[in-house]
Amino acid sequence: MIFWQLFLSFVQIGLFSIGGGYAAMPLIQHQVVDVHPWLTMGQFADVIAIAEMTPGPIAINSATFVGIQVGGLPGALVATLGCVAPAFVIVLTLAWVYYRCRGLTLVQGVLDGLRPAVVAMIASAGLTLLLQAFYGQRELPADWTALDWKAVLLFAAGFFLLRKWKVNPLWILAGSGVLSVLFFLLPFP
Amino acid sequence: MTGRGMDPHKKPYGRLFWSVLTLSACTFGGGFVILPLMRKKFVQDLGWIDEQEMLDLTAIAQSSPGAIAVNAAILVGYRVAGLPGAALTALGAVLPPLVILSVISLFYQAFRANPLIAALLGGMVVGVAAVIADVTVTLIRGILEHRRLLPVLVLIAAFAAVRFFQVNLLLVILLCGCIGAADTLYRGRKGAGA
Repeated sequence: MIFWQLFLSFVQIGLFSIGGGYAAMPLIQHQVVDVHPWLTMGQFADVIAIAEMTPGPIAINSATFVGIQVGGLPGALVATLGCVAPAFVIVLTLAWVYYRCRGLTLVQGVLDGLRPAVVAMIASAGLTLLLQAFYGQRELPADWTALDWKAVLLFAAGFFLLRKWKVNPLWILAGSGVLSVLFFLLPFP
Repeated sequence: MTGRGMDPHKKPYGRLFWSVLTLSACTFGGGFVILPLMRKKFVQDLGWIDEQEMLDLTAIAQSSPGAIAVNAAILVGYRVAGLPGAALTALGAVLPPLVILSVISLFYQAFRANPLIAALLGGMVVGVAAVIADVTVTLIRGILEHRRLLPVLVLIAAFAAVRFFQVNLLLVILLCGCIGAADTLYRGRKGAGA
């Protein structure tokens, strides 16, 4: 039952993506690339890029995209619902606890403990994405020098701009997209 | 909780839904961008929630699993108009990305075959990799700043577990959550005893 599987996968993503922003990314990759054969790593990388360029959280964007690919519009609705349902229950429960007890020391403690784990997972997912960008595959190939040197150049430039001048990430995405098209059109060696 | 411009007997469902919908449709860059905009809208412009309470709601939104923007929307909806309000704002937050991504997804297969689009997307993936590398460096520095051994050990162990040993992510999250809880309880007891 594909809809049930979609729902369950995105419930897990919604339930365990703690820390916002990119925390959902490793979980989404795990569910839709590793556990279920719904997207290839290349398609997943595309989804993350598209999600960055459009409004809305990565998890919701991915739920919609994967849902459509797997089960059409009903699939998108089921996946999105699965993604939001756990948050709905937990947020309101936490709000209730918060207004009763004024303070969430243990919850904060759990979050503090989770933060390094979440960072580790983002780092790992980021590395996979980087390999995908450099080699067109998610694992390091036998000949690691078979790099896409233009991609390495774009990455280095983007990373430098972000670290040095804290450029808006949207400009980095747009810039690297446009430059990549130029590289394609112009006959570089 | 009767803010200005708000009739206590008539809940402002329409304006609530519309406010969240427009914020969600126009905000690029995720939770940390939308939170200040929400504060401006609901605290300063509409006066439905006071400053301190909004800070509390923000903390809860960030402490809960799921997308921060959606969590914050649910909390604001609940505070202003109860459970129906929460359902309404959740819908308002989710609808724009749902519609936009549905349209893109329908054209994706056809677009992806075009070499220009493929080059564009390929370049954007490189851009995303740079953005995530930048975010990761910032996050790791944030952890190192605490000058405590435990978080660094957890970071290294979790990375190795996920990267090299393919340990299930949910297991890693549950385990590290328990470590965090134990650490908090232990330090709380030690602090109380001193």
